[in-house]
Amino acid sequence: MHHEEVFTDRNVSEHSAYYYVDIETYPTTGWDKFKQALKRAVRGELFVGLWVVMREMIKFDIHTVQYPKEKLPIGPRYRAVHKLLRLWESGYERCIGCGLCEKICISDCIRMDTRIDENSRKEVTEYSINLGRCIFCGYCAEVCPELAIVHGGRYENGSEQRAHFVIKDDMLTPLDLLKAGEQSEYPGFGAIIPGSDASVKKTPLAY
Amino acid sequence: MNEITITIDGRTVQTQEGEYILNAARANGIFIPAICYLTRCSPTLACRICLVEADGKQVYACNAKAKAGMDITTTTPNIVAERRAIMEVYDVNHPLECGVCDQSGECELQNYTLEVGVDTQTYSIKDTHKPAQNWGLIHYDPALCIMCERCITVCKDMIGDAALSTVARGSDAIEAEFKESMPKDAYAMWNKLNKSLIAPNGGDKLDCTDCGECSSVCPVGALVSSDYQYTSNAWEHKQIPATCAHCSAGCQLSYDIKHTSIENPESKIYRVKNEWNYVSLCGAGRYGYDFENRDVVKNPAAFDAAIAAFKKADTIAFTSTITNEEALILQRLKEKYGYRLVNNEALALKNFLSSYSTISGKSLYGGDLKQVHEADFVVSIGSALKTDNPNARFAMNNALSMNKGAGLYFHPINDPVIADMSKNVTQFNHAPMMEEAALYLMLDLFGDKAAMPSSVTEYLATFHSTKTVTIEETVDEKVTETVVKKVLNEETGVEEEVSEEVTKTIKKKVSKEVEVDENALFALLNAPVGFSDTLTKYLAKKENFALMVGPDLYTHPNTANCARLVALIEKYTAFSVTMIPNLSNTLGVALICDLDSERGSYTIGYNTAGDFTLSALGNGDLDMPSLNQQEGTLTGIDKRVNPTNAALSYGGYILNDIASSLGVTAKFTVNYTAQLPVAAGFKAVEFDTLPNHYTNSGEEVRGYCLEAQAIATNGDESVKGFDSNAAITDSVVYLANPVLQFSPFTAASHQLQENGGLYVSKMFMESNGWNEGDHVRVKTARGELSVNVITDGKIAGDIPYLPTFDTAINSEALFDGYRFTCVSIQKV
Repeated sequence: MHHEEVFTDRNVSEHSAYYYVDIETYPTTGWDKFKQALKRAVRGELFVGLWVVMREMIKFDIHTVQYPKEKLPIGPRYRAVHKLLRLWESGYERCIGCGLCEKICISDCIRMDTRIDENSRKEVTEYSINLGRCIFCGYCAEVCPELAIVHGGRYENGSEQRAHFVIKDDMLTPLDLLKAGEQSEYPGFGAIIPGSDASVKKTPLAY
Repeated sequence: MNEITITIDGRTVQTQEGEYILNAARANGIFIPAICYLTRCSPTLACRICLVEADGKQVYACNAKAKAGMDITTTTPNIVAERRAIMEVYDVNHPLECGVCDQSGECELQNYTLEVGVDTQTYSIKDTHKPAQNWGLIHYDPALCIMCERCITVCKDMIGDAALSTVARGSDAIEAEFKESMPKDAYAMWNKLNKSLIAPNGGDKLDCTDCGECSSVCPVGALVSSDYQYTSNAWEHKQIPATCAHCSAGCQLSYDIKHTSIENPESKIYRVKNEWNYVSLCGAGRYGYDFENRDVVKNPAAFDAAIAAFKKADTIAFTSTITNEEALILQRLKEKYGYRLVNNEALALKNFLSSYSTISGKSLYGGDLKQVHEADFVVSIGSALKTDNPNARFAMNNALSMNKGAGLYFHPINDPVIADMSKNVTQFNHAPMMEEAALYLMLDLFGDKAAMPSSVTEYLATFHSTKTVTIEETVDEKVTETVVKKVLNEETGVEEEVSEEVTKTIKKKVSKEVEVDENALFALLNAPVGFSDTLTKYLAKKENFALMVGPDLYTHPNTANCARLVALIEKYTAFSVTMIPNLSNTLGVALICDLDSERGSYTIGYNTAGDFTLSALGNGDLDMPSLNQQEGTLTGIDKRVNPTNAALSYGGYILNDIASSLGVTAKFTVNYTAQLPVAAGFKAVEFDTLPNHYTNSGEEVRGYCLEAQAIATNGDESVKGFDSNAAITDSVVYLANPVLQFSPFTAASHQLQENGGLYVSKMFMESNGWNEGDHVRVKTARGELSVNVITDGKIAGDIPYLPTFDTAINSEALFDGYRFTCVSIQKV
């Protein structure tokens, strides 16, 4: 049985902060409708706007950003397409293959392949994020114990297919860029909060 | 054992007298933390965390036995302090945010740290460098090891390899101030933990039967399968409850599956897990999991050819690596089209069972492996136990080590693994064909002579003779001597000589002639010298007797007589009798199918060669799913119908498709589960209702047990004597598989791939001057083979064996049913 709820003026009363918006009554007759349309169409506002464009065009004083040639800077904590970072000193991948990002991902779009490498370390052989499903929630970056997966600044996700993947090679900082000092740390979710040392009780060490 | 009542935390609990408090609590759903204890094994007392207070006294729950009326408290302020300190100690130098550990959250260290509520660390010690070690199939990371010694315990008490032990770790001493400030048990535990590590006995590689149970019981990620390491996280797996497909033990296990890789979303089995508290797997079960028939698609042409072949054929030959349901389909096909069903090993067991029932009056043997586990005197006849059914071997070892048991092992091939189980085990390495003598010996030693048929008693009496032997005895003898003493006369002050008689006891050796009973059966079975004395020692305080008989008897030329002797043993001795079926479902096939012995003119082979071959190995004319791609039931040694599930997908045709085309129709193969023959002991139960788990008290809730059917007997209990001249004294070769192999399916899995050959003991290799990999020609009355020689470190003596797992070696062709045959071996 369909049940229809009857709303009374529960919140709208003289004493409440709500009030009815003063809306002009809609024209009902054909003639009134024609008059309203004519009034709106032949007003001069259209030409005001056109004149501004024309004036600025003649002055060559253009303020719009020339996208995609130039891009606006985005906030440092903006969550765009992921990056995999390297360790600064050694250049090794920060990712240890723990799989927490894969586990925490609420849209289940991260997958990784791991194996034991020649140095008996866990190696991530392939890493992929399905951007068609990623909701850029930032959990992966937040859960990462090594600050290895972070959100970068690339926000273009246009693709010919719904399922559009980024793979490890796309995300990992290339070594030459690392050496050139062009890897940037991510200050967003998961990054160390300034002063966090003070809130940690240290485990005693015998040496 | 008596049922008693105890109180745990105010709850009244029923348990058995002498049961450990921990087990009583677990069975009743009361939680007591415990790390080092393993059900079915002896308490290790390494972790000390299972402290409880029993009648006001602090005891370890894993090691204290319940007494009637006991009042137990699981937490007191002192116990809480101990547990907290113990967990803090375990966390010293052991990270808990462990990124790459393969335990990945299934970690008892993490669990108990959280359970006990460790939030700060009080203790510290300098860490020592402990590099990871590769032991072959197992990888050991000492940095993660918490020295609970479960691996050592299970290896010794359950498996029987005793391949692991503790070694010194080399470390700083614990700071003296902790001794005063720490709870006592925590300090004692730390002291032990700080000193030792696990190491394989002798060398840096494991010398064992590679069951991998040590890695299974490891509470942390210290022991892991080398193959699995770092390939996956535990939480990613879907666990498919199943029954092991390789041998008749029918162990419960779960296949852990996950997508193969990023590119390939098809499921793959990454590892096998087991409920190690209640079931122990062998290496074949643990490592031989990926034997599936891969990448099969429906090939209608091959299917049509198969239908044509079935229309043409008069015989279906098959192996017992099929489910009960498939066996029933084959039986239905036989009923409809009159095919001959040929499966020689199942037929051998079927005949053995039917001969057995002519005396026992029931269709099935009475024992199972649970009774072997609980026995304190275990005998095995006619089976290469460790490779025929590893679980039967574990059961025997478990009985010997846990119940202070003793055992006898009758087999021509000397097995060092059996010898290492206990010092109370005697091997009879009798000549082949002397199995009947072993069965007679059982009747002679343990039979109720008053109740047994007189013909048997009389026959047994012919082996006895009285012999007069001279023995030396030490006798106490009293000797009286006269001694002259000088005594001071106090009155006169003069020394006087007084003679006095003194009696002394001296030991004297006397030769004595006594009459002893001599048992000729001992000599016929190559009993060790002085066996009758050993046996008297063995039998002291023994109550539960278990006998296991194996496939050597089913294929024995006098198999019917062997079966009747086995029935007599079950009837007139205290032994429970368990028969070891050859393959995964030999028992099921033997019960379901009417089997024939000879093939006709055109044969369909199912997993065996035929004119048209259906194969789950992928090498036949039409592909079939292997046992990890099928659902259905398997009948194991415990007479239990165990369900198994499909872990991996399969895209091809199955036997049910063929049967449906031939007019034996069912929608799914598992529709046949409820139709399994009730007359053979099966129950009309739907597949989907079959359970497959263990309860906390260790009760096996899996499938259902077959019901033994009553068989009418004619009261004739006569058995034939045996011919001692039939003993084969020439060189022989045996038909068996090496450790880790059962069938072509085990060899198909990537970790167990190997090529077969002629397996010989080290001693035999040396005495012949052969080297590993030498080529030999093996010739028997039925044919010859050319194979490589391979050393098997787990056998002794001079009987080599040929395997059946390698399809490239047609070793069965050399044998005439019986597993031993005369042989000449020449190096080429």
